Amino acid sequence: MKKSEFPDAFSEARGDKGTGQYDDQGDEVTMLLRLKDVRKTAKDWQTFRSQDERPGRIVVPTEVDIAVVRQIPFELDPPKHTDYRALVEPWFKRPDSPEYRKKIERIISALIDEVTAQKTTEVVEGFSLRLQSRALTVLLNLPYEEADTWISWGTHVFRSEDNPLDGDKAQVLYQYIDAQIERASQKAGDDLFSVLLNTEVDGRKMTKEEVKGVMVLTFAGGRDTVINALTNTIAYLGDHPEALEYIRQNPDKITFAVEELVRYFSPLTHMGRVVDEDATVCEHAAKASSRVSLCWASANRDETVFDNPNEVDLERKANPHVAFGFGIHKCLGATHARQLLRTLLSVLSQKVKAIHLLEADDKIEEWDDFHRKVGFDQLTARFEKI
Amino acid sequence: MAKITFITKSGESTTFEADAGNIMELAVNNSVQGIEGECGGVCSCATCHVHVAPDYYEKTGTPGDIEADMLELDDNVNEYSRLGCQIDVSEELDGMVLHVANK
Repeated sequence: MKKSEFPDAFSEARGDKGTGQYDDQGDEVTMLLRLKDVRKTAKDWQTFRSQDERPGRIVVPTEVDIAVVRQIPFELDPPKHTDYRALVEPWFKRPDSPEYRKKIERIISALIDEVTAQKTTEVVEGFSLRLQSRALTVLLNLPYEEADTWISWGTHVFRSEDNPLDGDKAQVLYQYIDAQIERASQKAGDDLFSVLLNTEVDGRKMTKEEVKGVMVLTFAGGRDTVINALTNTIAYLGDHPEALEYIRQNPDKITFAVEELVRYFSPLTHMGRVVDEDATVCEHAAKASSRVSLCWASANRDETVFDNPNEVDLERKANPHVAFGFGIHKCLGATHARQLLRTLLSVLSQKVKAIHLLEADDKIEEWDDFHRKVGFDQLTARFEKI
Repeated sequence: MAKITFITKSGESTTFEADAGNIMELAVNNSVQGIEGECGGVCSCATCHVHVAPDYYEKTGTPGDIEADMLELDDNVNEYSRLGCQIDVSEELDGMVLHVANK
Protein backbone atom coordinates (compact mmCIF):
# COMPACT_ATOMS: atom_id res chain seq x y z
CA MET A 1 0.00 0.00 0.00
CA LYS A 2 1.30 3.44 -0.87
CA LYS A 3 1.94 5.76 2.05
CA SER A 4 -0.63 8.23 0.79
CA GLU A 5 -3.37 5.64 0.46
CA PHE A 6 -6.25 6.20 2.89
CA PRO A 7 -8.58 3.20 2.86
CA ASP A 8 -12.33 3.66 3.28
CA ALA A 9 -13.09 2.32 6.76
CA PHE A 10 -16.85 2.40 6.40
CA SER A 11 -17.63 0.78 3.05
CA GLU A 12 -19.32 -2.38 4.32
CA ALA A 13 -21.47 -0.79 7.01
CA ARG A 14 -22.45 2.05 4.69
CA GLY A 15 -23.72 -0.42 2.10
CA ASP A 16 -25.37 -2.84 4.54
CA LYS A 17 -27.06 -0.63 7.09
CA GLY A 18 -26.03 2.91 6.43
CA THR A 19 -25.17 3.38 10.10
CA GLY A 20 -22.56 2.34 12.62
CA GLN A 21 -22.47 2.33 16.43
CA TYR A 22 -19.78 3.81 18.64
CA ASP A 23 -19.87 3.42 22.39
CA ASP A 24 -18.56 6.79 23.53
CA GLN A 25 -17.94 6.28 27.27
CA GLY A 26 -21.51 5.10 27.74
CA ASP A 27 -23.07 7.91 25.67
CA GLU A 28 -23.65 5.88 22.50
CA VAL A 29 -23.43 7.49 19.07
CA THR A 30 -25.20 6.32 15.92
CA MET A 31 -22.89 7.21 13.06
CA LEU A 32 -24.62 8.15 9.81
CA LEU A 33 -22.56 6.89 6.91
CA ARG A 34 -24.35 7.79 3.66
CA LEU A 35 -23.93 11.15 1.97
CA LYS A 36 -27.64 11.86 1.55
CA ASP A 37 -28.44 11.03 5.19
CA VAL A 38 -25.50 13.08 6.42
CA ARG A 39 -26.52 16.11 4.38
CA LYS A 40 -30.21 15.88 5.28
CA THR A 41 -29.42 15.53 8.97
CA ALA A 42 -26.87 18.35 8.93
CA LYS A 43 -29.46 20.58 7.30
CA ASP A 44 -32.18 19.77 9.84
CA TRP A 45 -30.79 21.68 12.83
CA GLN A 46 -34.25 21.86 14.43
CA THR A 47 -34.30 18.08 14.99
CA PHE A 48 -30.57 17.44 15.28
CA ARG A 49 -29.25 20.05 17.65
CA SER A 50 -25.83 21.47 18.38
CA GLN A 51 -26.97 23.50 21.37
CA ASP A 52 -27.06 20.85 24.07
CA GLU A 53 -27.34 21.93 27.69
CA ARG A 54 -23.96 20.29 28.30
CA PRO A 55 -21.13 21.96 26.36
CA GLY A 56 -18.81 19.45 24.72
CA ARG A 57 -21.50 16.86 24.04
CA ILE A 58 -21.68 17.18 20.26
CA VAL A 59 -17.97 16.49 20.00
CA VAL A 60 -17.09 12.82 19.51
CA PRO A 61 -15.49 11.55 21.68
CA THR A 62 -17.56 13.59 24.10
CA GLU A 63 -15.82 16.42 25.95
CA VAL A 64 -18.54 17.06 28.54
CA ASP A 65 -16.15 16.29 31.39
CA ILE A 66 -13.39 18.63 30.22
CA ALA A 67 -15.16 21.44 28.37
CA VAL A 68 -14.95 24.65 30.40
CA VAL A 69 -16.78 26.82 27.92
CA ARG A 70 -19.39 26.61 25.16
CA GLN A 71 -17.78 26.88 21.72
CA ILE A 72 -19.31 29.74 19.72
CA PRO A 73 -21.06 29.74 17.28
CA PHE A 74 -20.53 25.99 16.86
CA GLU A 75 -22.48 24.84 19.97
CA LEU A 76 -25.44 27.17 19.40
CA ASP A 77 -28.52 26.86 17.21
CA PRO A 78 -30.73 29.60 15.76
CA PRO A 79 -31.73 32.19 16.72
CA LYS A 80 -28.55 32.68 18.79
CA HIS A 81 -26.36 30.90 16.26
CA THR A 82 -27.51 33.19 13.47
CA ASP A 83 -26.48 36.33 15.36
CA TYR A 84 -23.05 35.11 16.45
CA ARG A 85 -22.24 33.53 13.11
CA ALA A 86 -23.08 36.78 11.30
CA LEU A 87 -20.82 38.69 13.69
CA VAL A 88 -17.74 36.52 13.20
CA GLU A 89 -18.22 35.54 9.57
CA PRO A 90 -16.74 38.68 7.91
CA TRP A 91 -13.50 38.15 9.85
CA PHE A 92 -13.30 34.52 8.74
CA LYS A 93 -13.89 35.51 5.10
CA ARG A 94 -10.77 37.70 5.01
CA PRO A 95 -8.68 34.83 3.57
CA ASP A 96 -10.33 35.44 0.19
CA SER A 97 -8.54 38.78 -0.24
CA PRO A 98 -5.36 39.10 -2.38
CA GLU A 99 -3.46 40.73 0.53
CA TYR A 100 -4.21 37.74 2.77
CA ARG A 101 -3.08 35.34 0.09
CA LYS A 102 0.19 37.25 -0.30
CA LYS A 103 0.91 36.91 3.42
CA ILE A 104 0.23 33.18 3.32
CA GLU A 105 2.38 32.87 0.20
CA ARG A 106 5.34 34.52 1.94
CA ILE A 107 5.01 32.18 4.92
CA ILE A 108 4.87 29.08 2.74
CA SER A 109 7.69 30.23 0.52
CA ALA A 110 10.01 30.81 3.48
CA LEU A 111 9.14 27.43 5.01
CA ILE A 112 9.78 25.62 1.73
CA ASP A 113 13.17 27.31 1.50
CA GLU A 114 13.90 25.95 4.99
CA VAL A 115 12.88 22.36 4.25
CA THR A 116 14.55 22.15 0.85
CA ALA A 117 17.80 23.13 2.59
CA GLN A 118 17.45 20.21 5.02
CA LYS A 119 18.60 16.66 4.27
CA THR A 120 15.35 15.23 5.58
CA THR A 121 12.30 16.74 7.26
CA GLU A 122 9.83 15.18 9.68
CA VAL A 123 6.76 16.57 7.98
CA VAL A 124 4.22 16.56 10.85
CA GLU A 125 6.26 18.64 13.31
CA GLY A 126 8.81 20.15 10.95
CA PHE A 127 6.45 21.30 8.22
CA SER A 128 2.72 21.02 8.93
CA LEU A 129 2.64 22.14 12.56
CA ARG A 130 4.84 25.11 11.73
CA LEU A 131 2.83 26.08 8.68
CA GLN A 132 -0.49 25.67 10.50
CA SER A 133 0.75 27.87 13.37
CA ARG A 134 2.36 30.55 11.23
CA ALA A 135 -0.69 30.77 8.98
CA LEU A 136 -2.89 31.09 12.06
CA THR A 137 -1.12 34.34 12.96
CA VAL A 138 -2.53 35.75 9.71
CA LEU A 139 -6.05 34.55 10.51
CA LEU A 140 -5.90 36.04 14.01
CA ASN A 141 -3.88 39.07 12.86
CA LEU A 142 -1.26 38.53 15.57
CA PRO A 143 2.52 39.02 15.22
CA TYR A 144 4.32 36.26 13.31
CA GLU A 145 6.44 35.42 16.39
CA GLU A 146 3.32 34.34 18.29
CA ALA A 147 3.45 31.13 16.26
CA ASP A 148 6.58 30.05 18.17
CA THR A 149 4.45 29.55 21.30
CA TRP A 150 1.88 27.42 19.46
CA ILE A 151 4.63 25.39 17.78
CA SER A 152 6.26 24.77 21.16
CA TRP A 153 3.05 23.09 22.35
CA GLY A 154 3.75 20.21 19.95
CA THR A 155 1.11 18.20 18.12
CA HIS A 156 -0.43 16.65 21.19
CA VAL A 157 -1.26 19.76 23.15
CA PHE A 158 -5.02 19.40 23.32
CA ARG A 159 -5.11 15.63 23.64
CA SER A 160 -2.54 13.36 25.23
CA GLU A 161 -1.62 10.31 23.20
CA ASP A 162 -2.85 7.74 25.66
CA ASN A 163 -5.93 9.56 26.88
CA PRO A 164 -7.96 11.75 24.52
CA LEU A 165 -9.86 13.24 27.42
CA ASP A 166 -6.93 14.41 29.49
CA GLY A 167 -8.25 17.63 31.02
CA ASP A 168 -4.77 18.88 32.04
CA LYS A 169 -3.70 19.01 28.41
CA ALA A 170 -6.62 21.23 27.47
CA GLN A 171 -5.60 23.63 30.27
CA VAL A 172 -2.58 24.81 28.25
CA LEU A 173 -4.90 26.18 25.61
CA TYR A 174 -7.48 27.60 28.03
CA GLN A 175 -4.84 29.43 30.07
CA TYR A 176 -3.23 30.83 26.95
CA ILE A 177 -6.58 32.13 25.68
CA ASP A 178 -7.42 33.66 29.08
CA ALA A 179 -4.09 35.48 29.10
CA GLN A 180 -4.63 36.79 25.56
CA ILE A 181 -8.11 38.01 26.45
CA GLU A 182 -6.66 39.88 29.45
CA ARG A 183 -3.93 41.36 27.25
CA ALA A 184 -6.47 42.54 24.67
CA SER A 185 -8.82 43.97 27.29
CA GLN A 186 -5.96 46.03 28.81
CA LYS A 187 -4.72 47.31 25.50
CA ALA A 188 -6.81 46.68 22.42
CA GLY A 189 -5.06 45.99 19.12
CA ASP A 190 -6.33 44.94 15.72
CA ASP A 191 -6.19 41.19 16.36
CA LEU A 192 -9.17 38.85 16.66
CA PHE A 193 -9.15 38.85 20.48
CA SER A 194 -9.45 42.65 20.53
CA VAL A 195 -12.02 42.76 17.76
CA LEU A 196 -14.25 40.22 19.51
CA LEU A 197 -14.02 42.04 22.86
CA ASN A 198 -15.28 45.11 21.04
CA THR A 199 -18.07 43.33 19.18
CA GLU A 200 -21.62 44.07 20.23
CA VAL A 201 -24.27 41.41 20.61
CA ASP A 202 -27.79 42.11 21.91
CA GLY A 203 -26.82 45.74 22.52
CA ARG A 204 -23.88 44.88 24.81
CA LYS A 205 -20.24 43.95 24.35
CA MET A 206 -19.34 40.28 24.00
CA THR A 207 -18.37 38.82 27.37
CA LYS A 208 -14.91 37.37 28.01
CA GLU A 209 -16.49 33.95 28.28
CA GLU A 210 -18.09 34.32 24.85
CA VAL A 211 -14.81 35.50 23.34
CA LYS A 212 -13.16 32.47 24.89
CA GLY A 213 -15.82 30.28 23.27
CA VAL A 214 -14.99 31.63 19.82
CA MET A 215 -11.24 31.35 20.38
CA VAL A 216 -11.34 27.77 21.69
CA LEU A 217 -13.22 26.83 18.53
CA THR A 218 -10.70 28.66 16.35
CA PHE A 219 -7.66 27.06 17.96
CA ALA A 220 -8.98 23.54 18.50
CA GLY A 221 -11.04 23.19 15.33
CA GLY A 222 -8.23 24.28 13.08
CA ARG A 223 -5.26 22.46 14.53
CA ASP A 224 -5.25 18.67 13.99
CA THR A 225 -7.51 19.03 10.97
CA VAL A 226 -5.19 21.45 9.20
CA ILE A 227 -2.04 19.59 10.25
CA ASN A 228 -3.44 16.35 8.83
CA ALA A 229 -4.62 18.01 5.61
CA LEU A 230 -1.15 19.49 5.06
CA THR A 231 0.80 16.33 5.91
CA ASN A 232 -1.48 14.12 3.82
CA THR A 233 -1.14 16.48 0.86
CA ILE A 234 2.66 16.23 1.10
CA ALA A 235 2.37 12.43 1.26
CA TYR A 236 0.12 12.39 -1.80
CA LEU A 237 2.46 14.57 -3.85
CA GLY A 238 5.40 12.41 -2.73
CA ASP A 239 3.72 9.26 -3.96
CA HIS A 240 2.43 10.98 -7.10
CA PRO A 241 5.10 13.07 -8.81
CA GLU A 242 2.81 13.26 -11.84
CA ALA A 243 0.29 15.19 -9.72
CA LEU A 244 2.90 17.80 -8.81
CA GLU A 245 3.76 18.07 -12.50
CA TYR A 246 0.06 18.38 -13.39
CA ILE A 247 -0.33 21.29 -10.96
CA ARG A 248 2.80 22.91 -12.37
CA GLN A 249 1.32 22.74 -15.86
CA ASN A 250 -2.25 23.59 -14.82
CA PRO A 251 -2.23 26.15 -12.01
CA ASP A 252 -5.80 27.07 -12.92
CA LYS A 253 -6.90 23.60 -11.76
CA ILE A 254 -5.63 24.05 -8.20
CA THR A 255 -9.09 24.88 -6.83
CA PHE A 256 -10.50 21.57 -8.06
CA ALA A 257 -7.44 19.69 -6.84
CA VAL A 258 -7.82 21.05 -3.31
CA GLU A 259 -11.50 20.07 -3.12
CA GLU A 260 -10.62 16.56 -4.22
CA LEU A 261 -7.79 16.22 -1.71
CA VAL A 262 -9.98 17.33 1.20
CA ARG A 263 -12.73 14.96 0.04
CA TYR A 264 -10.29 12.06 -0.02
CA PHE A 265 -8.57 12.89 3.29
CA SER A 266 -11.63 14.20 5.18
CA PRO A 267 -9.52 15.59 8.04
CA LEU A 268 -12.47 15.58 10.45
CA THR A 269 -14.02 12.10 10.61
CA HIS A 270 -17.36 13.07 12.10
CA MET A 271 -19.28 15.51 14.29
CA GLY A 272 -22.18 14.81 16.63
CA ARG A 273 -25.68 16.15 17.01
CA VAL A 274 -28.22 15.64 19.79
CA VAL A 275 -31.65 14.39 18.73
CA ASP A 276 -34.27 16.91 19.85
CA GLU A 277 -37.32 14.67 19.59
CA ASP A 278 -37.83 11.09 18.44
CA ALA A 279 -36.90 10.92 14.77
CA THR A 280 -35.99 8.49 12.04
CA VAL A 281 -32.75 8.62 10.09
CA CYS A 282 -31.79 6.03 7.53
CA GLU A 283 -34.69 3.83 8.72
CA HIS A 284 -33.15 3.94 12.14
CA ALA A 285 -35.08 5.21 15.16
CA ALA A 286 -33.22 8.04 16.82
CA LYS A 287 -34.49 8.62 20.35
CA ALA A 288 -34.85 12.07 21.85
CA SER A 289 -31.66 13.27 23.60
CA SER A 290 -29.57 10.44 22.10
CA ARG A 291 -26.71 11.32 19.77
CA VAL A 292 -26.06 10.77 16.08
CA SER A 293 -22.89 11.69 14.24
CA LEU A 294 -22.50 13.03 10.74
CA CYS A 295 -19.69 10.93 9.35
CA TRP A 296 -18.10 13.21 6.77
CA ALA A 297 -15.32 10.71 6.07
CA SER A 298 -17.75 7.95 5.13
CA ALA A 299 -20.10 10.22 3.18
CA ASN A 300 -17.15 11.40 1.09
CA ARG A 301 -16.55 7.84 -0.13
CA ASP A 302 -20.21 7.08 -0.90
CA GLU A 303 -20.05 4.98 -4.06
CA THR A 304 -23.66 5.81 -4.94
CA VAL A 305 -22.58 9.43 -5.47
CA PHE A 306 -18.87 9.47 -6.37
CA ASP A 307 -17.37 7.52 -9.27
CA ASN A 308 -14.22 5.70 -8.13
CA PRO A 309 -14.56 7.14 -4.62
CA ASN A 310 -11.30 5.62 -3.39
CA GLU A 311 -9.22 7.26 -6.06
CA VAL A 312 -7.92 10.80 -6.04
CA ASP A 313 -9.03 12.42 -9.29
CA LEU A 314 -7.64 15.95 -9.32
CA GLU A 315 -9.93 16.82 -12.23
CA ARG A 316 -13.14 15.68 -10.53
CA LYS A 317 -15.63 18.31 -11.55
CA ALA A 318 -18.83 17.40 -9.74
CA ASN A 319 -17.57 16.83 -6.22
CA PRO A 320 -20.36 17.35 -3.66
CA HIS A 321 -18.15 16.44 -0.69
CA VAL A 322 -18.86 17.38 2.92
CA ALA A 323 -15.28 17.61 4.19
CA PHE A 324 -16.06 21.06 5.63
CA GLY A 325 -19.45 19.98 6.92
CA PHE A 326 -22.80 21.11 5.56
CA GLY A 327 -25.64 23.41 6.56
CA ILE A 328 -25.59 26.28 9.03
CA HIS A 329 -22.70 24.84 11.04
CA LYS A 330 -20.34 24.31 8.11
CA CYS A 331 -16.70 24.99 8.94
CA LEU A 332 -16.05 28.62 9.86
CA GLY A 333 -12.37 28.21 9.04
CA ALA A 334 -12.93 26.71 5.59
CA THR A 335 -12.02 29.91 3.72
CA HIS A 336 -8.67 30.01 5.55
CA ALA A 337 -8.05 26.28 5.07
CA ARG A 338 -8.84 26.46 1.36
CA GLN A 339 -6.57 29.47 0.86
CA LEU A 340 -3.78 27.73 2.75
CA LEU A 341 -4.03 24.53 0.69
CA ARG A 342 -4.44 26.33 -2.64
CA THR A 343 -1.42 28.52 -1.96
CA LEU A 344 0.58 25.52 -0.76
CA LEU A 345 -0.01 23.67 -4.04
CA SER A 346 0.88 26.76 -6.00
CA VAL A 347 4.16 27.49 -4.16
CA LEU A 348 5.20 23.82 -4.01
CA SER A 349 4.75 23.48 -7.76
CA GLN A 350 6.97 26.51 -8.30
CA LYS A 351 9.74 25.63 -5.86
CA VAL A 352 9.83 21.87 -5.40
CA LYS A 353 10.89 19.40 -8.05
CA ALA A 354 9.99 16.27 -6.12
CA ILE A 355 9.10 15.07 -2.64
CA HIS A 356 10.80 11.82 -1.63
CA LEU A 357 8.97 9.94 1.13
CA LEU A 358 11.20 7.98 3.45
CA GLU A 359 9.47 6.67 6.56
CA ALA A 360 5.89 6.86 7.79
CA ASP A 361 3.83 5.87 10.83
CA ASP A 362 0.11 6.01 10.21
CA LYS A 363 -2.21 7.71 12.64
CA ILE A 364 -5.21 5.43 13.04
CA GLU A 365 -8.43 6.42 14.81
CA GLU A 366 -10.49 3.70 16.45
CA TRP A 367 -14.25 4.00 16.60
CA ASP A 368 -15.09 0.51 17.90
CA ASP A 369 -15.42 -1.61 14.72
CA PHE A 370 -14.11 1.14 12.47
CA HIS A 371 -10.39 1.77 12.26
CA ARG A 372 -9.65 4.78 10.13
CA LYS A 373 -6.35 6.20 8.95
CA VAL A 374 -6.66 9.95 9.32
CA GLY A 375 -3.04 11.10 8.97
CA PHE A 376 0.45 10.33 10.19
CA ASP A 377 2.12 10.24 13.59
CA GLN A 378 5.31 10.89 11.71
CA LEU A 379 6.33 11.18 8.07
CA THR A 380 9.91 11.71 6.99
CA ALA A 381 10.57 13.18 3.58
CA ARG A 382 13.17 14.95 1.48
CA PHE A 383 12.06 18.03 -0.39
CA GLU A 384 14.04 18.41 -3.61
CA LYS A 385 14.32 21.94 -4.82
CA ILE A 386 13.87 22.98 -8.44
CA MET B 1 -19.68 37.51 -25.79
CA ALA B 2 -22.77 37.24 -23.60
CA LYS B 3 -24.39 39.88 -21.40
CA ILE B 4 -25.71 38.42 -18.16
CA THR B 5 -27.82 40.32 -15.62
CA PHE B 6 -27.90 39.49 -11.90
CA ILE B 7 -30.67 40.76 -9.65
CA THR B 8 -29.81 40.41 -5.95
CA LYS B 9 -32.18 39.82 -3.04
CA SER B 10 -32.11 43.52 -2.26
CA GLY B 11 -33.24 44.25 -5.83
CA GLU B 12 -29.96 45.58 -7.17
CA SER B 13 -29.53 44.82 -10.86
CA THR B 14 -26.13 44.68 -12.59
CA THR B 15 -25.09 43.42 -16.02
CA PHE B 16 -21.71 41.93 -16.92
CA GLU B 17 -20.15 40.62 -20.10
CA ALA B 18 -18.28 37.35 -20.40
CA ASP B 19 -17.10 34.98 -23.08
CA ALA B 20 -15.74 32.14 -20.97
CA GLY B 21 -16.00 30.53 -17.54
CA ASN B 22 -19.20 29.89 -15.65
CA ILE B 23 -21.92 31.97 -14.03
CA MET B 24 -20.53 31.59 -10.52
CA GLU B 25 -17.11 32.87 -11.59
CA LEU B 26 -18.67 35.83 -13.36
CA ALA B 27 -20.64 36.74 -10.24
CA VAL B 28 -17.72 36.25 -7.81
CA ASN B 29 -15.32 38.25 -9.99
CA ASN B 30 -17.81 41.11 -9.90
CA SER B 31 -18.73 40.73 -6.20
CA VAL B 32 -22.42 40.03 -6.79
CA GLN B 33 -24.11 39.98 -3.35
CA GLY B 34 -25.34 36.48 -2.39
CA ILE B 35 -22.99 34.50 -4.65
CA GLU B 36 -20.03 33.13 -2.68
CA GLY B 37 -18.66 30.24 -4.76
CA GLU B 38 -16.82 28.91 -1.71
CA CYS B 39 -15.86 25.55 -3.22
CA GLY B 40 -14.58 27.11 -6.43
CA GLY B 41 -17.15 25.41 -8.65
CA VAL B 42 -17.28 21.70 -7.86
CA CYS B 43 -20.94 21.59 -6.80
CA SER B 44 -20.18 21.10 -3.13
CA CYS B 45 -21.24 24.28 -1.31
CA ALA B 46 -24.43 25.52 -3.04
CA THR B 47 -23.43 29.15 -2.42
CA CYS B 48 -24.04 30.13 -6.06
CA HIS B 49 -27.77 29.40 -6.23
CA VAL B 50 -29.70 31.42 -8.85
CA HIS B 51 -33.19 31.42 -10.33
CA VAL B 52 -32.98 31.54 -14.11
CA ALA B 53 -35.51 33.77 -15.89
CA PRO B 54 -38.09 31.32 -17.35
CA ASP B 55 -37.35 32.36 -20.95
CA TYR B 56 -33.78 31.21 -20.57
CA TYR B 57 -34.24 28.11 -18.46
CA GLU B 58 -34.41 25.81 -21.45
CA LYS B 59 -31.14 27.16 -22.78
CA THR B 60 -29.29 26.53 -19.53
CA GLY B 61 -30.72 23.02 -19.33
CA THR B 62 -31.96 21.19 -16.26
CA PRO B 63 -29.71 20.38 -13.27
CA GLY B 64 -27.76 17.11 -13.29
CA ASP B 65 -28.33 14.52 -10.51
CA ILE B 66 -25.64 15.81 -8.19
CA GLU B 67 -26.72 19.41 -8.67
CA ALA B 68 -30.38 18.49 -8.13
CA ASP B 69 -29.46 16.77 -4.84
CA MET B 70 -27.67 19.90 -3.69
CA LEU B 71 -30.59 22.13 -4.64
CA GLU B 72 -33.11 19.88 -2.94
CA LEU B 73 -31.70 20.87 0.44
CA ASP B 74 -31.08 24.55 -0.27
CA ASP B 75 -33.33 27.40 0.82
CA ASN B 76 -35.56 29.27 -1.66
CA VAL B 77 -35.62 26.54 -4.30
CA ASN B 78 -38.03 26.91 -7.19
CA GLU B 79 -38.54 25.24 -10.56
CA TYR B 80 -35.97 27.56 -12.17
CA SER B 81 -33.22 26.96 -9.61
CA ARG B 82 -29.68 26.24 -10.79
CA LEU B 83 -26.18 26.40 -9.32
CA GLY B 84 -24.20 29.04 -11.17
CA CYS B 85 -21.03 26.96 -11.17
CA GLN B 86 -22.73 24.37 -13.34
CA ILE B 87 -23.79 26.81 -16.07
CA ASP B 88 -21.06 27.64 -18.58
CA VAL B 89 -21.22 31.03 -20.22
CA SER B 90 -22.03 30.85 -23.94
CA GLU B 91 -23.27 33.15 -26.71
CA GLU B 92 -26.61 31.45 -26.46
CA LEU B 93 -27.15 32.87 -22.98
CA ASP B 94 -26.74 36.49 -24.13
CA GLY B 95 -29.33 38.65 -22.41
CA MET B 96 -30.09 36.16 -19.65
CA VAL B 97 -31.47 37.47 -16.35
CA LEU B 98 -30.68 35.64 -13.10
CA HIS B 99 -32.20 36.26 -9.68
CA VAL B 100 -29.81 35.50 -6.83
CA ALA B 101 -31.65 33.03 -4.57
CA ASN B 102 -30.13 33.84 -1.19
CA LYS B 103 -28.85 36.90 0.68
